[in-house]
Amino acid sequence: MADKNFTDQNFQDEVIKSDTPALVDFWAPWCAPCRIVSPIIEELAKEYEGKLKVGKVNVDENPNSASRFGIMSIPSILIFRNGEPVKTMIGAQSKENYKKTIQEVLGG
Amino acid sequence: MVYDVIIIGSGPSALTAAIYTTRASLKTLVIAGIKWGGQLMLTTAVDNYPGFAQGIQGPDLMLAMRKQAERFRAEFVDEDFSEGDFSQKPFRIRAGEKTFEGKSVIIATGADTKWLNIPGEKEKIGKGVSSCAPCDAFFFKNKKTIVVGGGDSAMEEALVLANLADSVTVVHRSETLRASQIMQDRAKKNPKIKFLFNTEVVKILGDEKVTGVELRNNKTNEVSKMDLDGVFVAIGHVPNTMKFKGIDLDEKGYIKVKDHTRTNIEGVFVAGDVHDSHYRQAVTAAGYGCMAALETEHWLRGQE
Repeated sequence: MADKNFTDQNFQDEVIKSDTPALVDFWAPWCAPCRIVSPIIEELAKEYEGKLKVGKVNVDENPNSASRFGIMSIPSILIFRNGEPVKTMIGAQSKENYKKTIQEVLGG
Repeated sequence: MVYDVIIIGSGPSALTAAIYTTRASLKTLVIAGIKWGGQLMLTTAVDNYPGFAQGIQGPDLMLAMRKQAERFRAEFVDEDFSEGDFSQKPFRIRAGEKTFEGKSVIIATGADTKWLNIPGEKEKIGKGVSSCAPCDAFFFKNKKTIVVGGGDSAMEEALVLANLADSVTVVHRSETLRASQIMQDRAKKNPKIKFLFNTEVVKILGDEKVTGVELRNNKTNEVSKMDLDGVFVAIGHVPNTMKFKGIDLDEKGYIKVKDHTRTNIEGVFVAGDVHDSHYRQAVTAAGYGCMAALETEHWLRGQE
């Protein structure tokens, strides 16, 4: 799997201090729309390898990361740059939409 | 390539239709949409779909239906339908960046959450405003919530929330609930669920996220404020008919149906909640899907 698992323990090092922008998929096993998004995120992880760090946060197991960024609905996809969340996408969206948003972050 | 039938939608009616058309050896494309699976993807236990003695989780049921359709080689496009040209044959259906051609079409786009359309709502969807308690209840552990609505789905939302939230108040604009007796009884028995009747939500408060609501009693016109964290909207659904140019709608905005499955355009059939404002059950939707598929097959054979 090309995408990583981010946790409350490694979030600071893996996401906040990441040199490259990071895309974080907040999800849970009981969330049906998350199951729709997961395979798309895995594809994005492969396509943007080296340019974008891509990973998932299981909100059941990592409640601190979820509450720290005010997650109140999943799936929520956040893109971080220089330790700050710069994009938030709530609810399942198309791969094209995710790519467009990623491009805005990587291009800018 | 021209498909024998293009099915637009991916709820119980669309997937049942796909099972029937593929088994009739019709080349079938399902425009499933990004958030495929329809309304059942936003539910938990489904206890009234026959064949599952202990009930089944809505998303599991939809996954099984999709697998069943795929087993008979229905093709799926997980992109949203954007427009259809029904003025010429084959019909041309656009989804994502692609256009597909079909000799016949079954419209089974179902219905979506009806929002309140009040100030403060739209921008706080996912920030305390939700239409899916099974998806989002987790984030309202020990918090104060309301459910707006009085039907079965409002009761289900309230019951799901009651497992986690500190309090759940069902806010309903009329004096009596519309929900079935069994769902009303369950909700009323739950000590965490309270009811506010003759009350409308007029405004959702909060900057970054929901912090409260403004309520109005429609008998006394008295306006009050309630501090809370979550607003779950369950006031019904609107049929997804906006994108069908040239297809006749009825006065309520549903697709106008004749002979049970036909639209005003020959070769374009319809199934499920997009034309049915009356029953709106998973099992009736599946039944309509079967009917539309059989009629489509019959019609196609007649064209040969």
